[in-house]
Amino acid sequence: MDFTLTEQQTMFRDMVRDFAAKEIAPIAADMDRDGGMPDDLVEKMRANGFFGLSFPEKHGGLDVDTTTYGLVVEELSAVSAGVAVMICVHNSVGSYPIAMYGSDELQARVLPRMAAGEIAAFCVSEAGAGSDAAAIAATAARDGDHYVLDGSKMWVTNGARARFYVVLARTPGTVGHDDIHALLVERDAPGLSVAKEEDKMGLRASDTCVLELDGVRVPAENLLGKEGDGFPVAMKALDGGRIGIAFQALGIGRACLEAAVRYAGQREAFGKKLWNIPTVRDKFADMASRLHSARLTALHAAWLKDQGKAHTKEAAMAKLLATEAAGFVADEAVQIHGGFGYTKEFDVERYYRDVRVTRIYEGTSEIQRLVIARSVIRELG
Amino acid sequence: MDFAMTEQQKMIRDTARDFAARELAPHAAQWDRDEHFPAEAVKKLGELGFMGMNVPERYGGAGFDMVGYVLAMEEISAACASTGVIMSVNNSLVCWPLETYGSEEQKQRFLAPLARGEKLGAYCLSEPDAGTDAANQRTRAAPDGDHWVLNGMKNFITSGAHADILIVFAQTDPELRHKGIAAFIVESAAEGFAVISKEKKLGIRASDTAQLAFDNVRVPAGQMLGEVGQGFKVAMSTLDGGRIGIASQALGSARAALEAATEYAKTREQFGRPIAKFQAIQWKIADMATEYEAARLLTLRAANLKDRGEPYGEAAAMAKLYASEAANRIANEAVQIFGGNGYSKEFPVERYFRDARITSIYEGTSEAQRLVISGHRLR
Repeated sequence: MDFTLTEQQTMFRDMVRDFAAKEIAPIAADMDRDGGMPDDLVEKMRANGFFGLSFPEKHGGLDVDTTTYGLVVEELSAVSAGVAVMICVHNSVGSYPIAMYGSDELQARVLPRMAAGEIAAFCVSEAGAGSDAAAIAATAARDGDHYVLDGSKMWVTNGARARFYVVLARTPGTVGHDDIHALLVERDAPGLSVAKEEDKMGLRASDTCVLELDGVRVPAENLLGKEGDGFPVAMKALDGGRIGIAFQALGIGRACLEAAVRYAGQREAFGKKLWNIPTVRDKFADMASRLHSARLTALHAAWLKDQGKAHTKEAAMAKLLATEAAGFVADEAVQIHGGFGYTKEFDVERYYRDVRVTRIYEGTSEIQRLVIARSVIRELG
Repeated sequence: MDFAMTEQQKMIRDTARDFAARELAPHAAQWDRDEHFPAEAVKKLGELGFMGMNVPERYGGAGFDMVGYVLAMEEISAACASTGVIMSVNNSLVCWPLETYGSEEQKQRFLAPLARGEKLGAYCLSEPDAGTDAANQRTRAAPDGDHWVLNGMKNFITSGAHADILIVFAQTDPELRHKGIAAFIVESAAEGFAVISKEKKLGIRASDTAQLAFDNVRVPAGQMLGEVGQGFKVAMSTLDGGRIGIASQALGSARAALEAATEYAKTREQFGRPIAKFQAIQWKIADMATEYEAARLLTLRAANLKDRGEPYGEAAAMAKLYASEAANRIANEAVQIFGGNGYSKEFPVERYFRDARITSIYEGTSEAQRLVISGHRLR
């Protein structure tokens, strides 16, 4: 057991913390209010390697370990959860299927471009397929050395900015898990269009889109894994994705706790500072304890992944615990701020909206419980 | 014990429900987005007698009981929580203290137009440095001949930018702390009164929440409400009733979220069946429904105590504490049942979730309610 960070992990965390404080924090509230993020911020993030974090060095990436990746996501999320999710999706679910299941040729062609900052997105959900991902209706019909894609994808994070889309689609006329394929689709493919951006409660710096696929022809070499591997490819990608979302929630949670403590140290009521009131101190104790235990779980899941060990259960636990803890912490942070916490003058109002999605996307809390229970029963039953 | 509604209570509820469906529900999402103050709807509520529901008819009110008020508040708030709080403040925080502490002249001149909905009221207690610690008033009232001169700043004032008549609390003798506070009736037309800013909020965005400045505002001595030194008592006793209003507002948000989630669970299919067939969803619905019903009973009981002339401070605090916390849990679970759709502004639960959050903060945070309740129990 060793609970210390490596030099590389510390260095990355500190660098990202500085970058976030300097480049993101000053505009975080504006991005939330106006929706979207400025192109020059994305450009700066490209220049600083954020889009190559998890990519192999031979493809121009930084190839950081999962713990480092988690720390980076945590730091970004503490400042802007919307910016963080762009990096999360790109470095995990948007690219992992190619890095793990793409042909060598495809990897060599595409991964360097992604690592350099051509953005990736992950397209599974549809109007009728949320928690039930195998219910997707989008089709991929084989036509010679191509697949022809038709259908509509929802909740596509990075949808508007992306150059690459990992798309799940099924053989026409089939149902169930077995006939789903994962394919890499490029933005300029004829028939692919971004239909609309969702108007969301939070995470408003990030674009969430509907993607329309109308007879999009994709070369067969863009198949990820074998035909019919789509569902396991997506689930595998989500294992890693969930570790990222856990760290996203932890970042928002930490920002909430910091904001609440700062406020309680300044605000006076009944002749004393709020942080001298016992019930406020109790809140801090619970907020900090829940965040810390969730953080250890997330670090453990990251470590398992880096050791090449099974981590499906632990990633689900990390996401469940971290997102529920962060939701609790954000709620208490608003409460400690009182009326001020309900106004946009204080960051906790934004954190409260941002954190809410972490219990929903990349598998709701209910889905994490299904995953965890399945593992527990397999191990102990 | 009688849990049945009277004919009049049923009529009030049905009228409110019908009004809410016609005049509020179709616009609530737009008003939320645009931060549009629902002036037209408020005017129509006045015509229905809903802006002075408990005020006797001789002072322009509808003369309904408090239970009827709770039923109406729930219906209005279920459609538009912003309209609910505008109504609650006018009824509970402005009409009630005028009726209870006002002189006959004050009632004729100020209460009647407020109760008829011709004028709108605001209640000005909170200040930048006086939130939960409401006794920490910095606004000053200094005597000057047959006037009082008010100076100070008020914060988080619901309807502050639209109100015609304001109940303003100010310190006449700072040495005496909460025993040196008086309440004043101030007209927004008074010289020296200014709306400094309007808050940008998480929810209840159609209601305006303003910061107000009083700069040498001269108030005739005849517009003191109650007596010198009585202000804090006026403020606190008013909030007892206000909490029944906010509990009812919370019930409205809770019920709207529960109904939306129930309907969605029955129609949304995943894994080949409606998600309502899954036990995890069924249990959520069960807990949401149970909490809603319990909150409603607590609120109606507080209203019934008030109607019967019994002490209701503790019951009102319990109703507000429980109903507001329940509303948040229920709205939170409703978002969860909707999944990604619950995070989108295309579905109303996104708004219910934001609206509900204020109910455990204003008119006394949950922490302040616990102080009130334990104060009663440990006395």
